[in-house]
Amino acid sequence: MSIIDFSEEQSMLLETANQFCRENSTISVVRTQIDKEESVDAELWSRIVELGWLGVSIPETYGGLGMGLAGAVPIVESMGKYLMGSPYTSCILTAEVILSCASEEQKNQWLPKIIEGSVATTALTEEDGNWRLEEISSRAEKDGKNLVLTGSKCFVMDGPMASLYVVSVIYEGKPRLVFATGDQVTAGRLTRENVIDETRRSYRLELDGLVIPESQLLQGADFSRIEVAAMLMLVAEMSGGLSGVLHVIIDYLTTRKQFDKYIGSYQSLKHPTVQILLSQEACRSHLYHAATQITENSADAVAAIRMAKAQGAEAFAFAGDRAVQFHGGFGFTYECDAQLFLRRALWCQYQFGDSAYHNELLAPLLLNEVV
Amino acid sequence: MSLTQAELKDFEQQADIWFAENKPKRPDFILPETFMEVGSDQQFHYLRDWQAKVYEAGYVGMAWPKEYGGGGKEQSLQDIATKVMAKHRVPFLPNTIGLNWAGPLILSMGTEEEKQKYIKGILSAEDIWCQGFSEPDHGSDLGSAQCRAVKDGDEYVINGSKIWTSLGSYAKYMILIARTSNEDTSKYAGLSFFLAPMDAEGVEPRPIKKLTGEYGFCQTFFNDARIPATSLMGKEGEGWKVAMATLMFERGATGGQAGGLAMMDLSINDIVELARRTKRNGRPAIEDNHVRSQLVELITESKNNSLMSARSKISALATDWPAAVDMSGKLRSSELKRRMCQFALSLQGANGSRFIGSDAIDGGMWQRSYLNAFSGTIGGGTSQIQHNIIGERVLGLPK
Ligand SMILES: Cc1cc2nc3c(=O)[nH]c(=O)nc-3n(C[C@H](O)[C@H](O)[C@H](O)COP(=O)(O)OP(=O)(O)OC[C@H]3O[C@@H](n4cnc5c(N)ncnc54)[C@H](O)[C@@H]3O)c2cc1C
Repeated sequence: MSIIDFSEEQSMLLETANQFCRENSTISVVRTQIDKEESVDAELWSRIVELGWLGVSIPETYGGLGMGLAGAVPIVESMGKYLMGSPYTSCILTAEVILSCASEEQKNQWLPKIIEGSVATTALTEEDGNWRLEEISSRAEKDGKNLVLTGSKCFVMDGPMASLYVVSVIYEGKPRLVFATGDQVTAGRLTRENVIDETRRSYRLELDGLVIPESQLLQGADFSRIEVAAMLMLVAEMSGGLSGVLHVIIDYLTTRKQFDKYIGSYQSLKHPTVQILLSQEACRSHLYHAATQITENSADAVAAIRMAKAQGAEAFAFAGDRAVQFHGGFGFTYECDAQLFLRRALWCQYQFGDSAYHNELLAPLLLNEVV
Repeated sequence: MSLTQAELKDFEQQADIWFAENKPKRPDFILPETFMEVGSDQQFHYLRDWQAKVYEAGYVGMAWPKEYGGGGKEQSLQDIATKVMAKHRVPFLPNTIGLNWAGPLILSMGTEEEKQKYIKGILSAEDIWCQGFSEPDHGSDLGSAQCRAVKDGDEYVINGSKIWTSLGSYAKYMILIARTSNEDTSKYAGLSFFLAPMDAEGVEPRPIKKLTGEYGFCQTFFNDARIPATSLMGKEGEGWKVAMATLMFERGATGGQAGGLAMMDLSINDIVELARRTKRNGRPAIEDNHVRSQLVELITESKNNSLMSARSKISALATDWPAAVDMSGKLRSSELKRRMCQFALSLQGANGSRFIGSDAIDGGMWQRSYLNAFSGTIGGGTSQIQHNIIGERVLGLPK
């Protein structure tokens, strides 16, 4: 098994995606979109769909490109670099849930729709912010041929755009997954949440009294796979975000002068910037290593992605923090782009487990089996 | 023509057997951890004999040209041999400066005569090399070096001193930068580069005691020392350019090294293993939560470094700052090693405060390793200077 696989196809995707995002997600586009209702402009979303990106991870039998999650990584990394908002990662994650937990019939029903641009999203986290995906309190009760849901979910991305939701609930004493469709989730059930990363559209979903046919209960409930996939998407965004914020820092350090010198010549700015560069390179190495292990279903996949998430989140948060400081008074403003990256970094740190949480879980994995 | 997978596998097996059979017995004295700490004759002879043996067996300089004493084979074979050496934890090859920077420099920029004269002795360890760059008053600011070289007929007369000369007492040759002119507009323009013989009259290396109390490097004095004019490398005034090329080899940013281990290998697994054996307040250190979280961070960081080497071979992933991974190798690995050794002391309870001796855990090797680890973070350009270089050359930040 290779340490890092990076195919010709991935390399082409990285180049195309980087160019696409650079052209279509300039900072002014990002800032304009922040004031809009949705995370992405409809026209831009349809172009992303046309590029075939929604199908990269989905097997060819369902109409996808069959590259596995590793195929989505260069795309998400590029989106992260240019702060592009969209339901892309939610769709990739939901497709992964369907692939690992749904029946053949459900796969045939939903995967082609996702490839064609129907938005799909997940409803996993609850009000208490617990990262352990199986520790939830929402419930499903059987009622004839239906299930009646109770409870509520948080951080449901792009709620109103979605035509499919994967919801985690306790059913017959066990954590399970159910589908809820766009028709079933009526508008009143979704309320916008105010979140730190303004490029995201996050919603609270009220489940009380929601009735769905029993057939929408998924046969599998592989929460570990879901967590791994969700982390991979976040790490890809962080890796791109790190290089994005580093460019913002370098631009200022090479143009702003104080005491007749470019501020980038001062070592108290220069040296931490080099640390950010090295942490960005480290994050990227962990990212593509984890992507390789996950796609090949290696036994090391879980450790690899937890390491990547723990390392990357610290690095990105540090880079965002320094980016603000290094812009002086301007750094304190809404207008300065440093805040966009810092706020994105904080989102990424606290979704699907922060660094301390993953480091704690890593200890037994790394210390029992000597690496 | 490149070798097949089967041929490479074959070679690896053959090397594996050779190193298993020929690994030298542990001596009854402590070995140095790098070439910068060779402080006694017995240490030196033990290591030199080992390099000679490895060379005779054909496992170093495998990819260097045959006509000068190398193996004339593919680099991939040398990489395998080096990997096998690490696996067997054999001693390092002490002629580090010759194998890793003077040798590659001579091969890439030297004349035919220079290649004929020097390469074989570098590989066989017959001719040990040292480096005369730093001076008492000019270290990081190497370009200001003041040691003088004045041409007199077919000789240069050298006056001044060099300091922190590793292997100075054992070396036959020195790569030396000296000032041949003070007239020039730029301080760099007056420097020249020499392949200087250490046995010339008037060259005197005097050992200096290190922070561990052992010996390891020298101050080298030049008193009207006469060296042949032919030892000038390149032209007069080109010294800075040649010195920079040397530093690129030294910092591993450029390939072409002879291969083999350059220092005693320390891996994070050694630290994990230590944490299983040692105790803090009556319990195995590895059960302590503080220890566990620090270990996880160090394991992650050491994984960073091994993944970076794997990634540096994938050029499609070297996009925005393509030189970052290669130019930062020395900084990343030396700083990690220093912190790993520092952390190793915290695994020993009150015994952390012992030093070399039989009462100490592992004979005090961790205390010694920590103190010696600064050789990596100071020698070859300090970590602070590495930050400057990466900031300026890789990120384009102003000086
Ligand atoms: C074990 C060992 C072996 C060595 N072997 C050799 C050898 O074989 N041959 C040889 O020529 N040299 C050798 N050296 C010397 C080594 O290269 C120098 O010590 C090193 O370059 C630093 O120079 P200096 O000692 O004069 O320190 P200085 O340059 O005086 O530095 C003092 C401090 O100031 C910092 N500093 C200096 N300038 C800057 C700056 N511009 N920005 C930020 N910080 C700065 C440094 O990082 C350091 O912390 C060896 C050193 C050691 C420790």
